[in-house]
Amino acid sequence: MSLTQPTHSTQSLIQLEHLCKSYSLQDAHGHTITTQVLHQIDLTIRQGEFVAIMGHSGSGKSTLMNILGCLDTPTSGSYWLSGRNVATLSSNELAQIRNRNIGFVFQGFNLLKRMTALDNVATPLLYAGISRSKSRQQALEFLRRTGLEDFAMHQPNQLSGGQQQRVAISRALINHPSLILADEPTGNLDTQTSNDIMQLFEQLNRDQGITIILVTHENDIAAYAKRLIHLKDGRITIDNDTTAAAPLHEAE
Amino acid sequence: MNLSAIFGEALRALRQNRLRTGLTMLGMIIGVAAVVLMLSIGQGARTKINETIAAMGSNLLLVVPGAMSSGGFSFGSGSVRTLTINDAHAIAELASIRATAPVTSGTVQLNYAAKNWSTLITGTTPEYFEVGNWTMESGTAFTESEVRSAARVVVLGSITAKNLFGDEEPVGKTIRITNRPFLVVGVLMAKGQSLTGRDQDDNVFVPISTSERQITGNQFPGSIRYMLVQGASANEMDIAEIEITQLLRQRHRIPNGKDNDFTVRNLTAIADVATDAAKIMSIVLGAIASVSLLVGGIGIMNIMLVSVTERTREIGIRMAIGANQRAILTQFLLEAMMICIMGGLIGLIIGIGGAWLVSQVADMLIVITVGMIGLAFLFSSAVGIFFGFYPARKAASLKPVDALRYE
Repeated sequence: MSLTQPTHSTQSLIQLEHLCKSYSLQDAHGHTITTQVLHQIDLTIRQGEFVAIMGHSGSGKSTLMNILGCLDTPTSGSYWLSGRNVATLSSNELAQIRNRNIGFVFQGFNLLKRMTALDNVATPLLYAGISRSKSRQQALEFLRRTGLEDFAMHQPNQLSGGQQQRVAISRALINHPSLILADEPTGNLDTQTSNDIMQLFEQLNRDQGITIILVTHENDIAAYAKRLIHLKDGRITIDNDTTAAAPLHEAE
Repeated sequence: MNLSAIFGEALRALRQNRLRTGLTMLGMIIGVAAVVLMLSIGQGARTKINETIAAMGSNLLLVVPGAMSSGGFSFGSGSVRTLTINDAHAIAELASIRATAPVTSGTVQLNYAAKNWSTLITGTTPEYFEVGNWTMESGTAFTESEVRSAARVVVLGSITAKNLFGDEEPVGKTIRITNRPFLVVGVLMAKGQSLTGRDQDDNVFVPISTSERQITGNQFPGSIRYMLVQGASANEMDIAEIEITQLLRQRHRIPNGKDNDFTVRNLTAIADVATDAAKIMSIVLGAIASVSLLVGGIGIMNIMLVSVTERTREIGIRMAIGANQRAILTQFLLEAMMICIMGGLIGLIIGIGGAWLVSQVADMLIVITVGMIGLAFLFSSAVGIFFGFYPARKAASLKPVDALRYE
């Protein structure tokens, strides 16, 4: 019932309705080949959730992540983020949403090369129109919270993988986003460092109520999340949405 | 993101690639330096020609004998002595004419003390110095009465004076011209080369009567080599030319249908041709130099395109953390413009330095104007915007997801 009559309550941060994504490629003979990556995805994620999206490579989980992060647009269907239909937004508005509302953490860290950790963390603030000196001040504060104060003036290639990922997390957090998207954040890290990073996410979710969506194919990493979504061939096969299931039963 | 922050990011990007920035800038430096150097040489040449024309005197006509034809044969101008001193006097009476100066000339040997010097001698009247815009460095020109009495007085050109007298004051001294004593009454100020490249300062001037009777001699008494005529006003030069022609035809009794036995040349027109030639030269020089600026600009576009491709991932990261298209476009455009403007400034300095060097080594007049500096600056920023825009737009129009995925 909630699917046919979507309610864009303040509670639901993300709401996907019949979301489809397909890519068109031209082959050598000029024929267009369309590959559908996501099929009719319906999904609701509420503020404060900690969700792990799992699936094999090619299952469409990265594509879904890119659409959720406003880096890519769906072919059809709608995506409501905080009550706004993303499909209707201009590229400037999308850039602003990426800047203010979403923090990204990538597998390969994606820090800007030959730039200090401090400046990497401060850059989103610059794009938000805050002065360089103020940005740096705030960035230092965020580095202090992740325990990297002493490495502020180091460049990414002078930091370990775990340190780089913590710089990336600081950068993701600096604009106080309501949503953090982490695409295989521990893929390049050893087990110990992976656990440290996951504990950091867990803590952010618990203490600050930040919504975290995580893509992984490792079960022990996914175990940190409260909700598990499995994707297979572009469709959701498993969704143990415990929080949503309870009120639904009560209503019946 | 505010402009100063983007400026900082652009500057940082340029610093990160010092070698590439430097090499790209070099194209701009050479281009702007070449333009400045060429413009200053061209401007220098024009200024020099204008000075020469001003020194030549204004509203000048040159009347030379010749162009006479006889039975189908035509002789070259100057081949016969058809002009006389009396012709000059008659022309001077015309309303459209201010003054005339008849001239005879030859080559003579001068002696003063132990020194001797061979040079040109010009026999003329006092009007010559007035018409030719000469000024005296010391002494005076010879007078009308000295012409009438064929007095042995001489006015020296500045180079001749220097060669004979060195630092000694020549006025009041006596020199020998072909072994006859002449009193030096004046020395002329230096004037430099004429439009035809002749040195006008190695010369001596004596009254035309003295020259004819005592020095060069004359096969046809009273005839002259040419005369300088100064018109009364710049607007009536055409009228003056016609009146001279009519008067001389009448005086020489040339029937209708026969060719003139003299030629009237407008020296102002010759000066105009020289000015035009200098103008064309500076345009050609500027155009050639502009090609190197264009090549520099294309080099910048090339490097910026490579840079966009190479930094695709960086662009993707910036977009993911909130850079909008305008911020990316502005950053890349600023990078190109900074290369151009910095290159332009360095090029300007080198261009000015080069111009100074040329003026020292080649002893040429070099003129650098504020307009030229402004032009170079404007041109280099325009090149930056023009050649930087396409790569910048290419960077800004990347899709975030594609840019991030780029390996």
